[in-house]
Amino acid sequence: MKILVPVKRVIDYNVKARPKDDGSDVDLSLAKMGLNPFCEIAIEAALRIKDENDQCEVIAVSVGEKQAQEQIRTALAMGADRGILVEADSPLEPLAVAKCLKIIADRECPDLLIFGKQGIDNDNNQTGQMVAALCGYPQGTFCSAIDIVGDVVAITREVDGGSEVWELPLPAVLTADLRLNEPRYASLPNIMKAKKKPLEVMALGDLGVDTRPRQALLGVSLPSERKPGIKVDSVADLIEKLKNEAKVIL
Amino acid sequence: MKVLIIAQHSEGVLDATTLNVVRAALAISEDISLLVAGCECREVAEDARYLEGVTNVILADHPCYESLSAENLSSLVAEMVPPYSHILAPANTFGKNVMPRLGALLDVQPLTDVLHIEGTDVFLRPIYAGNLIARIQSNDNVKAMTVRTSAFPPVTRRTEACTLEVVDKAFDLQLSRRTKIEIGRSDRPDLGTARVVVSGGRAVGSSENFKLLYSLADKLNGSVGASRAAVDAGFVPYDLQIGQSGRVVAPELYIAVGISGAIQHIAGMKDSKVVVAINKDADAPIFDIADYGLVADLFDVLPELEAQLC
Ligand SMILES: Cc1cc2nc3c(=O)[nH]c(=O)nc-3n(C[C@H](O)[C@H](O)[C@H](O)COP(=O)(O)OP(=O)(O)OC[C@H]3O[C@@H](n4cnc5c(N)ncnc54)[C@H](O)[C@@H]3O)c2cc1C
Ligand SMILES: Nc1ncnc2c1ncn2[C@@H]1O[C@H](COP(=O)(O)O)[C@@H](O)[C@H]1O
Repeated sequence: MKILVPVKRVIDYNVKARPKDDGSDVDLSLAKMGLNPFCEIAIEAALRIKDENDQCEVIAVSVGEKQAQEQIRTALAMGADRGILVEADSPLEPLAVAKCLKIIADRECPDLLIFGKQGIDNDNNQTGQMVAALCGYPQGTFCSAIDIVGDVVAITREVDGGSEVWELPLPAVLTADLRLNEPRYASLPNIMKAKKKPLEVMALGDLGVDTRPRQALLGVSLPSERKPGIKVDSVADLIEKLKNEAKVIL
Repeated sequence: MKVLIIAQHSEGVLDATTLNVVRAALAISEDISLLVAGCECREVAEDARYLEGVTNVILADHPCYESLSAENLSSLVAEMVPPYSHILAPANTFGKNVMPRLGALLDVQPLTDVLHIEGTDVFLRPIYAGNLIARIQSNDNVKAMTVRTSAFPPVTRRTEACTLEVVDKAFDLQLSRRTKIEIGRSDRPDLGTARVVVSGGRAVGSSENFKLLYSLADKLNGSVGASRAAVDAGFVPYDLQIGQSGRVVAPELYIAVGISGAIQHIAGMKDSKVVVAINKDADAPIFDIADYGLVADLFDVLPELEAQLC
């Protein structure tokens, strides 16, 4: 069994993103960066399959700037076997990332590709589904449980209003929802070991993919702020305000 | 400009979000087709003919669309695309499943969660958990997008029906198979469209205690939501989670009970008209965005609140 896990370097989830002064883009100059939390869950899901399965290789792959090697190392420290970085100077749109990942998938022929359901930077929730389309594979999005039986993967999907169980023949693309698992921490010895694991770096240009942007970012702004509110002293006070000031209850 | 909307429906009923998506479509064009794909879903298509703004309903009725699998549905829509300039679906687990797959088939870059349409090619969408709004120009010849339904008011129904067109195309890729559906049933209004949402956090403590929130919600004819911490702790089902990775709601009144107000939670409720926060900790970040804050123990407040709301 071979599992490919695409991982993305993003802003740390505790940091509140700010626009640049000229409003042209997001200001990431001082932001702490980390591994996208949903990608961590995806890695954990792959490692759990590996834990049950002697003949299993987990490959972490990222498309991005040189520093994304740090996030691949994090995945290796958690337990992935090797890493691949497709080095790109500037961030790519999901469709372009998907085209790069398709080339890696064609080369590696994984049985399973596990994505995060979304990047917490652009909140796109697209790349996994796009790779599935480009490869002609089935897709299981919003997974909260994964169970491999022979050459079929059964998944539970979290959908609005409930959940569903689906069966997909391998190879397949899955995307991880929050409650799929709780990712393990990398131990110190494993962090040391990860430094020696293979990490192949490829230049974006060598893939021969058309990654020209389809969209122009015209600007980034802060959403309209909520007006500062007030503290009320009692339940009676609250009800009075809701009735007579906000007029949201009768 | 011609818009195609991919309708979501289940058990013979058109999903309520469709009405919001039609409103978004009206900001682009007056030529709006609505696709109802499914199995034995003629009734849904008939119903959709009465939606304000919809000029044509397209019915694709075949067993291969029964589960609305992204694989089959995206293949069908990809075939239908010329003449459409825009393709819209709701930004929920249905739309987010199918739209990117369709985008890749058409070789276009879709937009997720559009919350404002400035023109036929310029759109606003939230990024970074809604902490920022991106203004984006799409240069693809077909603009594919999911729309944040809470940002567009629903259209109404009219008495005249529009045309109904039947397409007879089956894309049966047999790539995936749905084997089970579990839909939480309740008599309460749907979380996405409820006028009032009472939401509980970790501090509520148990599913037993959540009954306090349900009964308050019932009194206000509202629905119940939750933070991730409450959902992860198993107090309520997963699909009640509100936030960056859950549902996005914008009710008239949102009451946050024992919720700290992490950015990921706020991402899902900050467009509510009036926000009430009940929290023991006067410094909880939820108070920064609440119109009315009550620093108190939820176990004192909830019974009192219910008693005083006659
Ligand atoms: C990638 C990612 C995605 C996420 N997505 C979401 C999401 O979609 N939705 C979401 O909600 N979270 C999400 N989270 C989690 C989020 O960061 C917070 O951890 C979560 O929202 C905290 O839930 P809480 O406010 O219920 O719990 P806590 O932060 O523990 O807050 C509990 C609050 O209750 C108060 N309290 C305690 N006792 C009482 C009492 N008796 N009466 C009144 N108040 C009391 C406390 O003062 C505290 O403020 C996400 C996190 C990550 C990393
Ligand atoms: N640049 C990238 N490199 C590797 N994987 C990515 C990249 N961008 C997105 N992904 C994967 O796609 C998932 C969804 O991201 P997105 O579609 O950007 O919201 C992420 O959780 C990753 O698994």
